[in-house]
Amino acid sequence: MQKTNYVTIRGTKEGLILFLDDECSFSELISELKDKLSSNYPQISEGPAVQVKVAVGNRFLTDEHSNELTAIICEQQRLVINQIESNVITKDEAETLRKAAQTTTLTKIVRSGQVLEIEGDLLLLGDVNPGGTVIASGNIYIMGVLRGIAHAGCKGNKEAVILASKMEPSQLRVADIVSRAPDMKDYENHDMECAYIGFNNSIAIERIQHMSKIRPVMINE
Amino acid sequence: MGEAIVITSGKGGVGKTTTTANIGTALALTGKKVCLVDTDIGLRNLDVVMGLENRIIYDIVDVVEERCRLQQALIKDKRFDCLMLLPAAQTKDKAAVNPEQMKIIIQELKEDYDYVIIDCPAGIEQGFKNAVAGADKAIVVTTPETSAVRDADRIIGLLEQEKVEAPKLIVNRIRGHMMKNGDMLDVDEIVAILAIEIIGIVCDDDDVIKASNKGEPIAFQPISRASIAFRNIARRILGESVPLMSLEENKGVFSKVKKFFGIRS
Repeated sequence: MQKTNYVTIRGTKEGLILFLDDECSFSELISELKDKLSSNYPQISEGPAVQVKVAVGNRFLTDEHSNELTAIICEQQRLVINQIESNVITKDEAETLRKAAQTTTLTKIVRSGQVLEIEGDLLLLGDVNPGGTVIASGNIYIMGVLRGIAHAGCKGNKEAVILASKMEPSQLRVADIVSRAPDMKDYENHDMECAYIGFNNSIAIERIQHMSKIRPVMINE
Repeated sequence: MGEAIVITSGKGGVGKTTTTANIGTALALTGKKVCLVDTDIGLRNLDVVMGLENRIIYDIVDVVEERCRLQQALIKDKRFDCLMLLPAAQTKDKAAVNPEQMKIIIQELKEDYDYVIIDCPAGIEQGFKNAVAGADKAIVVTTPETSAVRDADRIIGLLEQEKVEAPKLIVNRIRGHMMKNGDMLDVDEIVAILAIEIIGIVCDDDDVIKASNKGEPIAFQPISRASIAFRNIARRILGESVPLMSLEENKGVFSKVKKFFGIRS
């Protein structure tokens, strides 16, 4: 049998890196991986657990494949998989990532009883009426009056902000922090305001002009 | 081919039935052929407000269950030939009719009448779905109260999902002096929140209740403010452009004289 070299093992300070060739068939790869690991076995049989990073290049790993890899590597005592790195992702995953990073623009009025849920940032051209809810995993920008509930960073992004042309919300939520409007109605002007998580983990409201200080970099996540 | 207009509000007690009766009457006064349809099965009121309760033989459920023809169930108004009422059943509930059946009935009525005015029950359940099913247009009734406006907003949201034109708004039961003092929601404020076109405002008027109890819709009375308001709404439905009524309360000749001399009342 011709000697192949599909698997390259490299040692670093952090542990081992397994470079797996991405052009051979998976079964060939597996057999060689088994070979190499068992031949190297004596060298790494002692000492503390070794972190292993697996780089598979441009090969797409299904869950089954990555389970198989994990099983083979973990058969060896002392080897712990740290991460499996692939250059390829599925269309679905890419779609999810793209959604999370994009801004969705909608022109509508969110009325009482309606819930608008968006992946990523939301730019709403219209009002959110009392009893209406807008939820986004990113930031929320409302060109209109916010009278209902807005929940930014619903997946835990504490950096998310809520902006509104007119801020009269019944409730504001950023990540897992909730704040509600004061019981007494104030008659101040609430034009062009933004809400964010400020000091001592509570929601603060500031004029939009101060955004440059509060969030010098808007993270689109 | 006429058009079907549903009168709805979400909240109960804001004056849907009164509005239906009066818009129907006012349209009939202009000579249009009008049919009123009560879809509040189990809690019918429209016949009482119209003063036609004792003439009911068949109702909408009888039509749906084919115990009678549609024409047999229609009651002719005692004052007009061109005004008809299709009453709701009192012994059944909303589930006795489904939206598909409703659509067929309204479609049939539209062929014979210029306007089919549908009185919608309160709530957002089956009764609402039935009432809206056959409608081409919708009128949302609200009062200057936060709760009524909230429900109107919800209903407008639900109407957006139906095959009806953008709804129009009636603000009912306005008390001029309270609105002026800021104790009641302002009409402009209501329109700003609901963001739909306003088709009429109706003042709170004791005569409306009096007239309803007698089974004579207020729109028959020539000078009452509420009557004029309803007739104005009918004219706007017909496509005329009529300015909204001023909310100043008419205090009679004496106050006019005082005003003339600049004395505050």
